[in-house]
Amino acid sequence: MILGIDVGGTHTDAVLVQNFQLIKKAKVLTNQANIMASLLEAADRLISGNNVNNIDRIVLSTTISTNAIVQNKTNRVAMVLLSGPGLSPATLNLGKDTYFAKGYVNHRGIPIKKVNNREIEDISNEISENQIRQIGIVGKFSSRNPQQELDTAELLQNSSRNISLGHTLSGQLNFPRRIATTYLNAAIHDIYRGFVQDVQNFVVKIGSNIPVYILKADGGTILIDKSLDCPVQTIHSGPAASIMGILATTCIKEDAVALDIGGTTTDISIFADGVPLLEPFGVSIDGRKTLIRGLYTKSIGVGGDSVVGVENGNIFIGPQREGPAAALGGPFPTPTDAMIVQDIISFGDKQKAEGAIALVAKKLHRSIQDTARAIVEKTAAMISDNVRQILAEINNKPVYTIHELLEGKVIRPKMLYVVGGPAAIAPFVAENLGYPYCIPDHSEVSNALGVALARTTAEITILADTEKRELIISEEGHVQNIPHNFSLEDAIEVGQKALREKAVRMGAKPDDIIMEITESQEFNMIRDFYTTGKNIRVKVQIKPGLISAGQARSNHA
Amino acid sequence: MPKKEKKTGLIFFPAFDWAISANHPEREERLLYTQDQVFEEGLLDFPNILEYKPGIATYADINRCHICVPNPQNLTTNSHLISAGGAITAAQKVLTGEVDNAFALVRPPGHHSMLVAHGARGFCNINIEAVMVEYIRHKFGIKRIAVVDTDCHHGDGTQDIYWNDPDVLCISMHQDGRTLYPGTGFIDDFGGPNALGATINIPLPPRTSDEGFLFALDNVILPILDDFKPEIIINSAGQDNHYSDPITNMNFSAQGYALLNEKLAPDIAVLEGGYSIEKALPYVNVGIILAMAGLDYSQVREPDYDAQRIRQSPEVTRLIENEVKDVMTLWKKKKNLKQQITGSAAYIRREKNIYYDTDDITEKQIETVRVCNDCGGVVIIDSAADTGKKIYAVILPNSCCPECRKNGEIFFDRVNSSQYNHIYFQDRQRDVFIVK
Repeated sequence: MILGIDVGGTHTDAVLVQNFQLIKKAKVLTNQANIMASLLEAADRLISGNNVNNIDRIVLSTTISTNAIVQNKTNRVAMVLLSGPGLSPATLNLGKDTYFAKGYVNHRGIPIKKVNNREIEDISNEISENQIRQIGIVGKFSSRNPQQELDTAELLQNSSRNISLGHTLSGQLNFPRRIATTYLNAAIHDIYRGFVQDVQNFVVKIGSNIPVYILKADGGTILIDKSLDCPVQTIHSGPAASIMGILATTCIKEDAVALDIGGTTTDISIFADGVPLLEPFGVSIDGRKTLIRGLYTKSIGVGGDSVVGVENGNIFIGPQREGPAAALGGPFPTPTDAMIVQDIISFGDKQKAEGAIALVAKKLHRSIQDTARAIVEKTAAMISDNVRQILAEINNKPVYTIHELLEGKVIRPKMLYVVGGPAAIAPFVAENLGYPYCIPDHSEVSNALGVALARTTAEITILADTEKRELIISEEGHVQNIPHNFSLEDAIEVGQKALREKAVRMGAKPDDIIMEITESQEFNMIRDFYTTGKNIRVKVQIKPGLISAGQARSNHA
Repeated sequence: MPKKEKKTGLIFFPAFDWAISANHPEREERLLYTQDQVFEEGLLDFPNILEYKPGIATYADINRCHICVPNPQNLTTNSHLISAGGAITAAQKVLTGEVDNAFALVRPPGHHSMLVAHGARGFCNINIEAVMVEYIRHKFGIKRIAVVDTDCHHGDGTQDIYWNDPDVLCISMHQDGRTLYPGTGFIDDFGGPNALGATINIPLPPRTSDEGFLFALDNVILPILDDFKPEIIINSAGQDNHYSDPITNMNFSAQGYALLNEKLAPDIAVLEGGYSIEKALPYVNVGIILAMAGLDYSQVREPDYDAQRIRQSPEVTRLIENEVKDVMTLWKKKKNLKQQITGSAAYIRREKNIYYDTDDITEKQIETVRVCNDCGGVVIIDSAADTGKKIYAVILPNSCCPECRKNGEIFFDRVNSSQYNHIYFQDRQRDVFIVK
């Protein structure tokens, strides 16, 4: 039995799942000031002395990291940057506790300038004087050679400090994003560790040593104690839970669009052959672009409770939300009221809904029903336009080979999945987009189901350089020697082995380690007209998906 | 000094799955480290740097500027259509106002491809700038265009295509042809009789460094551009003047390239050559992109950069100063040259022996242009290659006068077709292309 809990912005949902059937569910209001309390309350509704021993795992999604960042409840962080020449530091968005140090490696991971120990010691003293305990160390091209980051860490390490290293958080290239990612990782360390301790105490309290997993931005899970080194990976778990919920409650296998329609916003996500798309470089949070692997989602300012009004004779919807629908006593007409007037849904006080829509109708000199219809259609059109724009962007994403340019995958959605309170608008959006829709079962707890059934995900980036006779596994900071005849196949094998080990460490069951090669390129290196080696680049991943038996269930459904 | 940020379009297409041959400089690996550097510096995250996918050029696009023998289908692969398409995409983004300027960082290059193309020369099958220039004129109605070729090799293909066109200014600054392929591009190559001064060559001595390039820019290129007043400026941006390039002998640096692009302020830059793929291209390209976007490039530097080591000698400085003086003297008296050159001739003839090094083809060509005071003049080409192909072509210029049109049509009608494999009629004014 699995206990899945999704701490959302408004509600905390919990589900008990056995053999991939929903056994029990609970919904409580989220107390944003005390997320732990909400978690415990939801769990308490489902756990009893009778069933606690049957629980194999607990999986959580939490807004703790996201909230810490957007609410600025963060640690002070000293960032030590080995930036070398290139982009001017003035163009980077850096805080006051930034220390530039000598040392850098080039694009092939070859050290050009050494780290200066004296300089790092001086920086160390300054960090101590400023009483900063969180340190982030980031080198340009450190995902090509982590040694200078490691050397710097060794010089700065002491028992009162916690150090985040850029290369451990992503294998991708992008120095400014690596800085942002490392900074955030260090900045939320304390608050996240407090949360993890609370969860661990809770598990002890219920008298069990059930493994606890946490949902990451990419829709995958990680054992909670392993997540302590990379708390930043747990941001954006809300949208991730929603997308995993679609997987858990449908039999999605095709290209599709999913909408999670809330009160204020609608989150749009995209599936290719049933697999949710990832952000190409990494997610953005609080205006910062990061390298955090995360599911692709775009939030637009249209939701069930968006304020509806008239401007220059035209209906506008959102982006503000000023309270619930008028039918529930809210101050302004909303798309939800329009749907109530049109008898698409039925709740709250229909008269109040009509009264609110009447105000809009009057300004437009139209009937109430006409106006309600127009509001519903406009809401659907705004969502549809955004969906089309997102698909165009994704399908026009630059590619770098002739093969991909001419024959690359194009996403052509066959189905629209809609969850969330105002999901009843689905037929109107589907009609606008021209493909059918589906509102999954259990949609009120689909996020918690997604959390419960998500598998462990991971990614490994390999660069093998046979001229240097060296291979690096970027995220692991692992460098090894290779023979001159090392091949692409060898690199893939090393990558798969490293990925398997990593996934097991993170808590994956062997059956759930389904690997996919996302990049495999090899380049002949020619210097002065002679072949001197091969530059081999491999990425392998476990893509987001359900744990294996969960997959089996949806196959049979 | 605070700079003004510009919206810059980047069409990056490294064609990681295409090479002329496995060990060729023009191979898959060429832009690999450039991609690494551009990604690592996070350039694509700047809100004013926008990346676009290249379009694919059509055969009709190619037929506007080339006579491909026998046809563009046989002379190109998808890689060429995409690199020309990338240049066209750059132009579209700039001319529709989506961006302020754009850089087509594409391969393979094109500036050695001439008007008539029997095959590939200097790694080039079709001239991607010329395809773009004709697209710009045809779709956007722009008349006066300047192409500034900053590749280390003479831009002989672009020069050949626009030799008789007074509205396209081709300036090529390159390593002296006596010391480097293709061995041409001397000061007295100054354009056809109706387009004198629309071709400018600035051969520079080997081991010219930043100061020499910038001196030529400040004292020849920028003043001539000021006089010519083009509607748009294109940088045919080769990167093989770099001090680390394996097949040339110049001493230009990433800082120099960036400064050159800041001063030249091209509307569109198109990558040409440049084969120091690891030591130069990553830094030169980052420098150019930052300069075009109006961002601070002052810290961009090659790992082994040493200004002292690559500084040009006083002798080189002196040679360049003389060169610059000679070009400007010629430029100032260009109006008086026509009478001297044409005398009373109605037609002027140029005989060319062209070697296609990449495909090992030799061509003998006779180009005849009508001396005309109203347009670039109708051009008649008679060309035979050692492939056995013999062709005849009539080319009407972009703003063709009625007399040249009439003459051209008569030539096309009356040519003895039994003597040629193919006969072409290219009307650049009306965008008509006929083969018989």
